[in-house]
Amino acid sequence: MSTQSAAWIAAARLVRRTGFGASGPAVDAVVRSGPETYLAGLLAPAADPGAAATPLPPFPPLAPVGRNADRAARLARNKQRREQLQQLTSWWLGRMLSVHQPFTERITFGWHDHFATAASKVRSATALAHQNETLRRLGTGDFRTLAQAMLVDPAMLIWLDGQKNTVRGANENLAREFMELFALGHGDGYTETDVREGARALTGWRIDAGQVSATLRPRLHDQTPKTVLGVTGNLDQAGFCDAVLARPAAAGYVCGRWYGQLVSDTPPDAATLARLVAGYGAHRDLAGLFRAAYLDESFARAANSIVAGPVEWLIGAARALKVGTDAATLTRLAGILRGLGQLPFDPPNVSGWPSGHAWLSTAAAQLRLQAAGWLCRTGDLSFVSAAAPGQRLDAVGYLLGVGTFSDRTAAALKPALGNPATLVTLALTSPEYLVH
Amino acid sequence: MTQLDRRRFLLASGVAGGAAVLAGSGVVTWRSLQDAAASRPLPAGQQVLVVLTLYGGNDGLNTLVPYADPAYRSARPELAYPAEKVLKLDSELGLNPALAGFAGLWKAGRLAIVRGVGYPQPDHSHFRSMDIWQTASPAEPVNTGWIGRWLDATGDDPLRALNIGAVLPPLAMGGRASAAALPLGARRTVPAALTRGLTALGTPEPADSASRALVRASYAAEQLVQASLATAGGTPEPGDQESPAGSAGGQGSLADQLAVVARCIGAGVPTRVYSVSQGGFDTHADELDAQQNALGAVDKAVTGFLGAVAATPHGAGVTVLVYSEFGRRVQANASQGTDHGTAGPVFVAGPRVRGGFYGDQPSLTDLADGDLKVTTDFRAVYAELLAKVLGSDPGRVLGPLPGAPIGFL
Repeated sequence: MSTQSAAWIAAARLVRRTGFGASGPAVDAVVRSGPETYLAGLLAPAADPGAAATPLPPFPPLAPVGRNADRAARLARNKQRREQLQQLTSWWLGRMLSVHQPFTERITFGWHDHFATAASKVRSATALAHQNETLRRLGTGDFRTLAQAMLVDPAMLIWLDGQKNTVRGANENLAREFMELFALGHGDGYTETDVREGARALTGWRIDAGQVSATLRPRLHDQTPKTVLGVTGNLDQAGFCDAVLARPAAAGYVCGRWYGQLVSDTPPDAATLARLVAGYGAHRDLAGLFRAAYLDESFARAANSIVAGPVEWLIGAARALKVGTDAATLTRLAGILRGLGQLPFDPPNVSGWPSGHAWLSTAAAQLRLQAAGWLCRTGDLSFVSAAAPGQRLDAVGYLLGVGTFSDRTAAALKPALGNPATLVTLALTSPEYLVH
Repeated sequence: MTQLDRRRFLLASGVAGGAAVLAGSGVVTWRSLQDAAASRPLPAGQQVLVVLTLYGGNDGLNTLVPYADPAYRSARPELAYPAEKVLKLDSELGLNPALAGFAGLWKAGRLAIVRGVGYPQPDHSHFRSMDIWQTASPAEPVNTGWIGRWLDATGDDPLRALNIGAVLPPLAMGGRASAAALPLGARRTVPAALTRGLTALGTPEPADSASRALVRASYAAEQLVQASLATAGGTPEPGDQESPAGSAGGQGSLADQLAVVARCIGAGVPTRVYSVSQGGFDTHADELDAQQNALGAVDKAVTGFLGAVAATPHGAGVTVLVYSEFGRRVQANASQGTDHGTAGPVFVAGPRVRGGFYGDQPSLTDLADGDLKVTTDFRAVYAELLAKVLGSDPGRVLGPLPGAPIGFL
């Protein structure tokens, strides 16, 4: 096979890490424009026709079921709830497939992993959809606004028992996970007292009837002074958030987590992290952080280190093969993601999904192979089929944004040159496609 | 432990350990286990340890209930089990009503309950506390688990420890060797052209990065894969059941996992340590029903498992360890739940166990910042299992240990 230029391979890496998969034409465009112009476009996006074509479906309120409702009524309500949650998942997968520029969805999915919230407990498509829209709307703004929104987000309040945290009795779940997983990191050295005081600051929020907002109920809120991380006062959720974000370690924590998602599985050294924190800046500018991460000198050094997680892998492959977005296809995609262990709205716990090598088990290899086979049966292989067999290795590389296949992989693909479906199936499971 | 720290943990184990997580250990199949059982069965008299991890922080005080203590009731007005509901073990302590099978094991003298187990300077993070339990290193994070270090210290057969589920928990990762993994779930036959292609993709390639080498290694192991165990039931749909935010459950139900272990033991698979898990114990709210459901599943699965292996040749040498990363706060919160706490009971069950209580029951009034004081170091439990079940020197796995053996075996 002919190998693409180093510039093309670097551009392909940038495309893959700013979206789901890559395609030859998208990579060519970045080669022409250069990374700075490309990133500027991503961070100030124009309206995406694919997003406009996939509006969030309405989720009618669930039929109320009284305390003495019979079994049939309860089952009917559970079925309705389950269908709404499946519809929500299908909607997001359809959105990921339909957008012309997937950067916003990639970042939104990254925030979903960061503020991991699961349907299994929240059980409200309305609340989860609202959280998803909030993550999308605020995901490239400033982290303080985003973090504050999550502290009073209805789905989050259900997920981490914030609704049950009142002056009559604190529930520490949200305060603890906010510090440990969302904003500061376990290594910061905050104390159990900080957690307990923080929980008191977060007391009194109740979800409103529509499940898309929450209101502070003064009578349920602890009005007495608290001390969180050395800050004393009658702190509320904003005061708590600011006390946490003011810690010196907070910026490095957020930047470090995104470095892991976008740049490398290996944690950044101090100098690299400092450059990202500088991009993030005093205003906790997330666009600045992303720009700094993608343009950092370590980005080039960290080639072939990120293992594509199931969502990135499957959506990337489905986009490249232009599979449809009909209901049956979306349901099938959701089933594959459940099998591979990364179904959106279903993270395993509040710390989000595992990453990196955790995805590379033999069990996953088998599932990926089956999924790739199905994608190739339903998807569009014409770009590869139209090429002469001798050109097909180049064609599949261009189709998937892989700049070069190793000798091993080329040898493995060669027997399949006469069969485009087998060829693309194997290419989708190659180490070159799975690791970028 | 944060996500990043855990990622680092996995990375260190995977890369520094020579790709141990996937390559050195490999994912095994039911067929390869059967082959091993046929060619080199577990020798008679070799005992088996089953480690059951309860994720989420099981509430010890509502598991082993101090029903006669007035402080129990006053700390948990709405969460306390009344005396008539608990399964009384003596005049002070009783089991959660969902643990009827455990109560039967107790009567038969085959259940040891070690009380007040924990570690110094308790950490209330699920993720850090679970790492401490699994690595047996409270003072500092390390990259190896206690079973992993036992593997490192005792030989080369990768089947000596087997995790049920494809993703290895930290306890099973060693520096040199790691546990094998048996994924649950049905498999379909793959067309020959794809199998051949995958085998070819599993060939070493000098140009591979570390991560690409791991993909390749997983495919090399895949060459073995044609058959595996099909288990009943599928993955629940989202919304089917609650899974609290802090509890990462195992793969498949515990009953499914233990059914596989029972089949392995029955077949004579040369595995000495099995790892299984269940989630659902992070009961910040509406605890009573949630914990009873979770404990009921444990009770049925464990007693069913012990019953199933009892009749097999190796059944007399099977011991089950049940633990969680921490207990919960003595005082209930306002949501009919409990927040993260410290010490909790550890259960050890099996035909070789000397039933009874071990370790002191922590006081409900002499607390450390609202939490129970630890009376027994968890490493003493591990030490006894290493010495008496696995016949190994605990010092090689756990380092120097203070104190006398607990005596439950």
